[in-house]
Amino acid sequence: MIEEIISNKVGDKIILLGNEGIARGALESGVQFVSAYPGTPSSEVGNTFWRIAKKVGVYFEFSTNEKVALEAGAGAAFSGLRTLVSMKHFGLNVASDFFMPLVYSGIKGGMVILVADDPSCWSSAQSEEDTRAFAYLAHIPILEPSTPQECKDFTKLAFDLSEKFQIPIMIRETTRVALQGGIVKLGRIIKGKRKGKFIKDPHQFSTMPPRVLEMKKELLEKIEKIKKEVSEKSSINKIYKNSNKSKLGIITSSVSYLYVKEALKELNLDIPILKIGFFYPLPEQKIKKFIKSFKKVLVVEELEPYLEREIAILAKDANPKLQILGKNLLSKIGELRPEQVIKAVAKLANKKYKTETLLKIKNPKLKIPKRSPQFCPGCPYWLVFNALKKAVDPKKVIFGGEIGCYMLAFYPPFHFQDYLFCMGSSVGVAHGIKKSSSKQKLISFVGDSSFFHSGIPALLNAVHNKSNPLIIVMDNQTTAMTGHQPNPGTNKTSMGDSVEGAKIENIIRACGVKNLKIIDPIKQKEFIKAVKDSLNNKINEVSVIIARRPCIYI
Amino acid sequence: MKEFNVIISGVGGQGVITLTRILAKAAILNGYDVKTSELHGLSQKGGSVETHIRFGALTGSEQIHSPLIEKGKADLIICIEAQESLRSYIYGSKKSGTIFLINDFIKPILGSKIIPQTKDILKEIKRFSEKALSIPASKIVKEKLGKSVLAGVYILGYAASKKFFPLKTKFILESIKKTVPEKYFLLNKKAFDLADHD
Repeated sequence: MIEEIISNKVGDKIILLGNEGIARGALESGVQFVSAYPGTPSSEVGNTFWRIAKKVGVYFEFSTNEKVALEAGAGAAFSGLRTLVSMKHFGLNVASDFFMPLVYSGIKGGMVILVADDPSCWSSAQSEEDTRAFAYLAHIPILEPSTPQECKDFTKLAFDLSEKFQIPIMIRETTRVALQGGIVKLGRIIKGKRKGKFIKDPHQFSTMPPRVLEMKKELLEKIEKIKKEVSEKSSINKIYKNSNKSKLGIITSSVSYLYVKEALKELNLDIPILKIGFFYPLPEQKIKKFIKSFKKVLVVEELEPYLEREIAILAKDANPKLQILGKNLLSKIGELRPEQVIKAVAKLANKKYKTETLLKIKNPKLKIPKRSPQFCPGCPYWLVFNALKKAVDPKKVIFGGEIGCYMLAFYPPFHFQDYLFCMGSSVGVAHGIKKSSSKQKLISFVGDSSFFHSGIPALLNAVHNKSNPLIIVMDNQTTAMTGHQPNPGTNKTSMGDSVEGAKIENIIRACGVKNLKIIDPIKQKEFIKAVKDSLNNKINEVSVIIARRPCIYI
Repeated sequence: MKEFNVIISGVGGQGVITLTRILAKAAILNGYDVKTSELHGLSQKGGSVETHIRFGALTGSEQIHSPLIEKGKADLIICIEAQESLRSYIYGSKKSGTIFLINDFIKPILGSKIIPQTKDILKEIKRFSEKALSIPASKIVKEKLGKSVLAGVYILGYAASKKFFPLKTKFILESIKKTVPEKYFLLNKKAFDLADHD
């Protein structure tokens, strides 16, 4: 059975998630190179290519981390290939060092960077981020689709724009776009047939001063051009209105637009809407024209009030008396819900709406606690944490966590996590704590994928600077939390080809660690002894235990 | 056609996402527009799972837009784990005539002191709905087919036989065929058909 997502039945309507819409849009654009690092809510973009890459003749890899994915994608785009790079919001933080100058240099082949934010942090520890801020930092054009169909259409548009203006284009989703299912009308898959060739051009690809400032100037000119020639005219910044008499208006984007449409239906109101598809550069003239005759405008956007601020600036000139509603009615924290948007729209129109009393929703008397996520039955991490329970007094040991299935040890029954930040950070922090408070015992956890992703520099640092935490590498030989994607340690590439996976122990030894043990945690006694020995030894050195047992699902 | 809103709730691993896909594809085959919303990743590992499925007219003023259902606006709420209905109840209301189908199956929540019985949960849910039913789906599929993961498909079959949603049975079966791995289709079909003979 051929998967629907690679079907070439043009005009067929199938159901896709937003992320699958992005993948399909890339296929219909002749994409030839795709790289990603998995992370919810972006993972299905990579997962789709992981399944289909060979069948459709596209190169795909889950790279070591997001920065490497972006660099690899850039190399392909410099060589003229159409390229897609996918990551979640934290991934862009990791990649940002390369990301900023990449927008300066630009590319040859069209390059689309998909970044998925997670308002409400459904599957994200760390922080709740609004990645649109990167528009201001990096001057990268950003498109925001609302539906799976738009995910596909915007991706195609992004490839064309990217190639025309020789600049990478970012598509920003939020969870309710990325994991929204909806009908997508299929277009034709285009098989990319370009032969990659890097043509030497240090003038474009070497960001050396003073040339770098010239590049910045060229970038700002490009953005001005994109604003005038595309954003101001584009149908993705669309006005929906039935009359010119309205004194009220709504400006919105992304999934919020869908809530606005629903609210107008529910309240039986007819208010003009400007739907922003081009977050950066904004169609300033279009916005000015839209708000000119209004008394009040409501800005509906998730998280930060970036649109609202821009509109306030534009209104000073276009309509100084305009009353702007937005974050005074809608939270900056967490995703928006349809009811909240209905309330805000009702407020804009001075219409009464009391949903909960109307529907008589009461609170149940029977209460149930939150159901925390758990290690799967049979997960090797049960063995590691059960052994630790026996090996140490948890009250007397600091546990450093990071991103991966082992972060579930934060929840009952273990509570084995005293700090958690980002990928690769547990060892770096452990080193600082041990240097400041050498008598406290500390165990730092790092997964195999996290270790490759960004744990190695921290380990090198700890060894070189004579620190002595105990590091347990939770080696389940896959990137389990996001769906068992391969990493540099696995014996298969993302394309399915055989390869000798990197040996974590070789890397650890090469970093200068002498006190290293590799134990299958099913050998509980041996594991407990190794933990005790490492915590109690008097040598002032880093100890590492590799807890090696594969995830039950691989 | 007026929109039709379904919530499916349960616990990670019970097949909530698969059930969502089955309903969504069936709705397309039935000629409707469809919107779904689901969550992946961290929230899936044995935690609570809740998905939204909406279908309705392809065009016109009754068109659906939001992937999320408003509070109190669900037409049907399927709970594959009984306690989860005490979270999903906010989408139901007497005014909307919400039907609750609650699987008589409890998966204990770590850290909870009292484990409620399905009948007590049902009593509670009846405050929000005039049509709340508990169904021993897990027990029936376990007994007759040996696999409790089929409980969701059984409930779907039950809902179809009672005409609880405006979808033709043949489209649901076609959708199951398109959604589940080929080798499991017959088993799923059996689970779907079981409800008819109750």
